Amino acid sequence: MFLFAKLGCDSMIPACPLASLPRGEALRIEADPPIAVFHTEDGEIYAIDDTCTHQDASLADGWLEGCEIECPLHASRFDLRTGEVDAPPAKRPVRTHRVVVENDVVFVVPSDAPPNLPPGVTVKGQA
Amino acid sequence: MRIVCVVGASLAGLLTARALRAQGYDGRLVLVGAETHRPYDRPPLSKDFLKGALDEADLALEADDEDLGAEWRLGVAAVGLDAAARRVRLSDGTEVEADGIVIATGASARRLPGMDDLAGVHTLRTLDDARSLRHDLASAKRMVVIGGGFIGTEVAATACDLGLEVTLVEAGKTPLAGVVGAQMAEAIAALHERRGVRLLRGARVAELTGEERVDGVRLTDGTLLPADVVVAGIGAAPNIAWLHGSGLRLGDGVLCDGGGRAIHDEDGGEIGDAAPGIVAVGDCAAWFDPALGRYDRCEHWTAARRRAAVAAETLLSGGAARPARQRPAYIWSDQFDVKIQFVGHARHADTVVVEEGNPADHSFLAVYRQGERPVAVLGVNQVRLFSRWRRQLETAAV
Ligand SMILES: Cc1cc2nc3c(=O)[nH]c(=O)nc-3n(C[C@H](O)[C@H](O)[C@H](O)COP(=O)(O)OP(=O)(O)OC[C@H]3O[C@@H](n4cnc5c(N)ncnc54)[C@H](O)[C@@H]3O)c2cc1C
Ligand code: FES
Repeated sequence: MFLFAKLGCDSMIPACPLASLPRGEALRIEADPPIAVFHTEDGEIYAIDDTCTHQDASLADGWLEGCEIECPLHASRFDLRTGEVDAPPAKRPVRTHRVVVENDVVFVVPSDAPPNLPPGVTVKGQA
Repeated sequence: MRIVCVVGASLAGLLTARALRAQGYDGRLVLVGAETHRPYDRPPLSKDFLKGALDEADLALEADDEDLGAEWRLGVAAVGLDAAARRVRLSDGTEVEADGIVIATGASARRLPGMDDLAGVHTLRTLDDARSLRHDLASAKRMVVIGGGFIGTEVAATACDLGLEVTLVEAGKTPLAGVVGAQMAEAIAALHERRGVRLLRGARVAELTGEERVDGVRLTDGTLLPADVVVAGIGAAPNIAWLHGSGLRLGDGVLCDGGGRAIHDEDGGEIGDAAPGIVAVGDCAAWFDPALGRYDRCEHWTAARRRAAVAAETLLSGGAARPARQRPAYIWSDQFDVKIQFVGHARHADTVVVEEGNPADHSFLAVYRQGERPVAVLGVNQVRLFSRWRRQLETAAV
């Protein structure tokens, strides 16, 4: 991708044009593990691992309220800014990623921290 | 408030204790639990834990670094309560006198007559139950599940996935019809049958057969179902026997007002007044639901979590907190590779319409309406759409 090369940063993942992610909406990037990108009603954009830390649910399918995403299965809520979880069944925070918006395109800078994937879910290519 | 005693150290007890701390309570906190285990999560006991995909450490409800600053009295049961004095008597002969009491003793699985004398017959409520069932499953070939509620259908699905020959005995016409309504229950029944569960409808158990170890289940029509292992999923009864004579009013659970305050039941006293400083929460508690016009005991995970925060607020405010707006119960269940989600009350509906997907593909969403108004929604492998509908129902509810 043109922008990608120009920014000279091969660890940035282009997510989508800003215009295609309206406020209140979420998008799932099929990275490994997948990443969810959220555009809050206040206009902020955040990225976190898409997989809930409790079980294999896609947080992009959840309910966005303010800066929190509620897991669509068992309703634990994660703070999009810090990844912290409010109440069980999830116990571990979700990994957060940095977001960069350049020329009206949303990019995610994947974190190099280890992900907190639920039991039974692994990153492809790893045991 | 300087001492709070929480009786029952599982989901509802832990979450109420946590909510008390989160709401600023910094006094003594005593947690009394009949089981020796730290609080653990029950839903996986019939699903991934039974299947062997999760181990015991995965069930812990507490975070690794969590410290509530509480005194844990585990392996000790409460055997009596004096509501007026707020004194709890314990099975080890000691007593705890407190300014606030949280009753969170949950429920116990109902048992079948005769099952105590036969090995291989199980109920499923506790970690110890699940351990012993998991052990029996490893060598069993044929399983009979009695009762088509959530526990029964989940265990049947798990055992089927593990390769057992499973027969599900349902007394009514269709499993889960009481929750999702007769029409949609057929879609879930079809899922079970397609995956290999043998479903017997309108079937009643006459007796368990076998000497020392169960070898079959005989139905009232004479049919004998051979079995190496039997699970009875015939419901759960609230653990309130220890509260008889306490001064609290008991029905199907500890009766509470809409904020979780236990109701007084003193002879000659004002019937219906709240007992000061006592709340009940979780599977043992029946809160008054104005929308339903009756006390409602909710035996589901999300209800326990929601009500724990309300009960803590009620206790700390001395009952001055405004009762929370009731929201329709949200229920989830995992069966085979299918996520079942339900919110609302099916029996309030006069129509049910599949609005997305197809029941035959085990992926659909059905909306239940009373007139024009949606009163319940069922999602089967429709997680994203269901979460939108659930929000709509919760925010629209009065
Ligand atoms: C196998 C299984 C699967 C489930 N799956 C789902 C699901 O998929 N979705 C869903 O929404 N819900 C599910 N549930 C229901 C959910 O787990 C319960 O709603 C929840 O556990 C209620 O929590 P509780 O703390 O009120 O009661 P409990 O979890 O029953 O805990 C009560 C605790 O109090 C203790 N106790 C009892 N009497 C005393 C006493 N006298 N003194 C001291 N301690 C006492 C008990 O030992 C127990 O530890 C499931 C339940 C089971 C058993
Ligand atoms: S899968 Fe997210 S809370 Fe259970």
